[in-house]
Amino acid sequence: MTIKKHVKTGLSALALSISLNALAADDPIKVGILHSLSGTMAISESTLKDTMLMLIEQQNEAGGVLGRQLEPVVVDPASNWPLFAEKARELLEKEEVDVIFGNWTSVSRKSVLPVVEELNGLLFYPVQYEGEESSENVFYTGAAPNQQAIPAVDYLMNELGVERWVLAGTDYVYPRTTNKILETYLRDHGVAEEDIMINYTPFGHSNWQSIVADIKKFGSEGQKTAVVSTINGDANVPFYRELGNQGIDAADIPVVAFSVGEQELSGIDTAPLVGHLAAWNYFMSVESDANYEFIDAWTAYTGNEDAVTNDPMEAHFIGFNMWVDAVEKAGTADVDAVKDAIIGVTVPNLTGGYATMMPNHHITKPVLIGEIQDNGQFEVVWETPSTVAGDAWSDFLPGSKDLISDWRKPLECGNYNVATHSCGGAADEAAE
Amino acid sequence: MSILRSLTSLLLFLALTVSSVAHAQTSDSEATALLQALADSSYAQKEQIISDIASSGDERARTWLEAYADGKLSQTKDTGQFVIVLTNRGRDWTVADALSGEELGEMSRRNIDKLRINNALRKEVEGLLSVIDLTVDNADTRLAAARALKGEVDAVLAEQVVSLLTTEGDSDVRAALEEALAIHRVEQGDLAAVAVLSGSLNAQARVALNNAAQGDNPELAAAASKALESIETKLKLNSAAETLYFGLSLGSVLVLAAIGLAITFGVMGVINMAHGELIMLGAYTTWGMQQLLPGQPGLALILSIPAGFLVAALAGIAIERTVIQHLKGRPLETLLATFGVSLILQQLVRTVISPLNRSVVTPDWMSGSLMINEALSLTLNRLYVIGFALVVFAGLMLIMRKTRLGLEVRAVTQNRAMARSMGIKATKVDILTFGLGSGVAGLAGVALSQITNVGPNLGQSYIIDSFMVVVFGGVGNLWGTLVAGLSLGTINQILEPWAGAVLAKIVVLVFIILFIQKRPRGLFPQKGRAAEG
Repeated sequence: MTIKKHVKTGLSALALSISLNALAADDPIKVGILHSLSGTMAISESTLKDTMLMLIEQQNEAGGVLGRQLEPVVVDPASNWPLFAEKARELLEKEEVDVIFGNWTSVSRKSVLPVVEELNGLLFYPVQYEGEESSENVFYTGAAPNQQAIPAVDYLMNELGVERWVLAGTDYVYPRTTNKILETYLRDHGVAEEDIMINYTPFGHSNWQSIVADIKKFGSEGQKTAVVSTINGDANVPFYRELGNQGIDAADIPVVAFSVGEQELSGIDTAPLVGHLAAWNYFMSVESDANYEFIDAWTAYTGNEDAVTNDPMEAHFIGFNMWVDAVEKAGTADVDAVKDAIIGVTVPNLTGGYATMMPNHHITKPVLIGEIQDNGQFEVVWETPSTVAGDAWSDFLPGSKDLISDWRKPLECGNYNVATHSCGGAADEAAE
Repeated sequence: MSILRSLTSLLLFLALTVSSVAHAQTSDSEATALLQALADSSYAQKEQIISDIASSGDERARTWLEAYADGKLSQTKDTGQFVIVLTNRGRDWTVADALSGEELGEMSRRNIDKLRINNALRKEVEGLLSVIDLTVDNADTRLAAARALKGEVDAVLAEQVVSLLTTEGDSDVRAALEEALAIHRVEQGDLAAVAVLSGSLNAQARVALNNAAQGDNPELAAAASKALESIETKLKLNSAAETLYFGLSLGSVLVLAAIGLAITFGVMGVINMAHGELIMLGAYTTWGMQQLLPGQPGLALILSIPAGFLVAALAGIAIERTVIQHLKGRPLETLLATFGVSLILQQLVRTVISPLNRSVVTPDWMSGSLMINEALSLTLNRLYVIGFALVVFAGLMLIMRKTRLGLEVRAVTQNRAMARSMGIKATKVDILTFGLGSGVAGLAGVALSQITNVGPNLGQSYIIDSFMVVVFGGVGNLWGTLVAGLSLGTINQILEPWAGAVLAKIVVLVFIILFIQKRPRGLFPQKGRAAEG
């Protein structure tokens, strides 16, 4: 009797543990999605959430990762910067996600940064940003300044012969830092101080009359003038409209924008914008099979024939595939293992080339300059001959020119000063 | 200057053909060869090819060049046929054969390879087209073409301009051509030409004079400096006029946004935080109208004026009935409740329509600007908004002063109990007044759809400004709102050039705070006992 009983309990225990093991193997990998679905940034971020859901669905249809399904966990930080930190904490502590894809504005990233570092999470950030940052826990799949702003200025200077510069931006950290880098860069290239005009406007600025009139005056002195625009969000629409109304033609004063993509153009009557420029690492109009496939999948997923794709979506596409490759390479979704495995991972991008994760947690990207067309698309007029690796610390700011970032062993440092050979040098002055 | 080179060759060609025989049509194979060359060549070579096309004498050359400048000239990838894209929306585009002009129906856009063009080339094509335009019959077209010549004239072109001047009958075109010629002559060091440019507001003329003033010919330099001085005085006047116009136009936007609030808050005393969202509803009505009437943005915009009024008025009445009437005399609760309503309306639009901004098309008659002179042009959309604001204001004044409703509104707001005992239905008056104020907010939305983004956040950006204008002007006084709106707009635009947009806003805000400290009831305080309550 007793033996029988023991055998019985033993067997049931065995059965239980087997089923538990099986359960563990089938346990889905949780992917956190931290994009605003309401508030000001919903306009840009809600499509990124849908992009992630689509990529996860595709991956699950193809058998998931390591034989496990992916489970998206969507939260809404509502364009509220402190709420981003709270939601990130919720994702990591309560939902115990293995990776987070999210954020758009730099200020929201700065708010999430201490949380992912404290809880050792993984964050993939898909938007072009000002650089001057490197975190062990963050992977920057958008462009650093040297992958967008600097090549765009080179294009204007060398191809269009621009001699006078208007640096116009929205008043926050990304435009200010980018313009600081650009100003130093232009001064290094012999542009005089009076040939640079810098202007900042608040978020959502809609009355551009006097600024556009100033730009017109600044541009009528005989030398070729261009506007480098870091104007963010929907303030762009009235800006371009005012340019058109005041008769400023792209042939006279071209505007090159870093924050205007297909998504933003879908809310504008593009007729007055034709010929103005944008610098990105991806355009929907790029002709490549990978891009066609992605667009087809996206229009099918959204059920909208006219749905557009844009650069941050490509960044998520690349980031997601890199993460999947890294998890498969590491054989686990464990954060530390993935962090090590992902460096050097190479995946196809949508423009017909490849993107590689660099040791500084930035990726290699081609830089494309496109002219706006009347159907809201861009046409590529210039591109870098090869891909450019993202530089976390700008070479054109005095505080950061000696800094490098390398998260591989044995250095494992995000701000190594090559002049003093120490980790943690001068990061704060640079980020100021 | 490559533009000059092609302009020159084209003019030479024109002179030749006009004097010899009429246009001959090149054969299709030659035309295809030219277009193929345009498709295959690098940007640098394209310059030569477009001027070859222009001077080929083919009647279709103009169509090709126009299509090329518009980015519509394309080649199919499968057959290599040259086509002109007629519509380029969606995935399949309609195209027509570039050679025969025959429509070919729809084609996948992935099969269409556009002939590439950049800004420099586009400018050059436009230059070529405008030289052709110099000889057309329409005087306006000639004038535009002549103006485009300023700063582009070189030695060969100058001779052509001189010969054109002998036959040109229109005085405006003549003046433009003479100025274009004078700019070239000043560049060449011609002292007599300086007099022509004296007082000219053209930027190219200024550049030419500036260069001459810094040149090594002392006599020319002195004359040029003198001419420049007179130009500078003129420019200063123009720029003052321009600033005033900017100020009035910003002011009229403020007035439009605030005037509905001047009724609901000013007259009725209701703090309606959802006022901005009523503006947003008006703007969305315009968008909806344009969706209903595709291809007729102008008509849709005009119809949106009554429609926007009705939509916002009904929404306002709904808010008044469901929320505000239950909170009478409790301003803090009203403020919080209507703030809640505003969030609900925003999210409603986000969920039902889209979180993305909607594109509202500006009709042709509202785009561009009215050119007063070469240094001062008034943007048309703003001009219409100024006019619209004044009309709305006049209409409201009329209603408040001359109608039964206006009389009852004033009676109820001055002394509710007394008015009721005189037989006025206070509840009905409340509904109508709030409906009127909300409807006017809707009108503001229709106007704003033409100058700013139509999106869920549209209202938020105007609510603070609206309250600011009403409080500054004096609560309960429509004239105050008008004066306050226009003066705040002008102050802001005067400050902006030297303080920057961010600081200008802050300075205006600080100014209002100080002003309200000194005069708590605004510019035009209401008099009498009613105002004390």
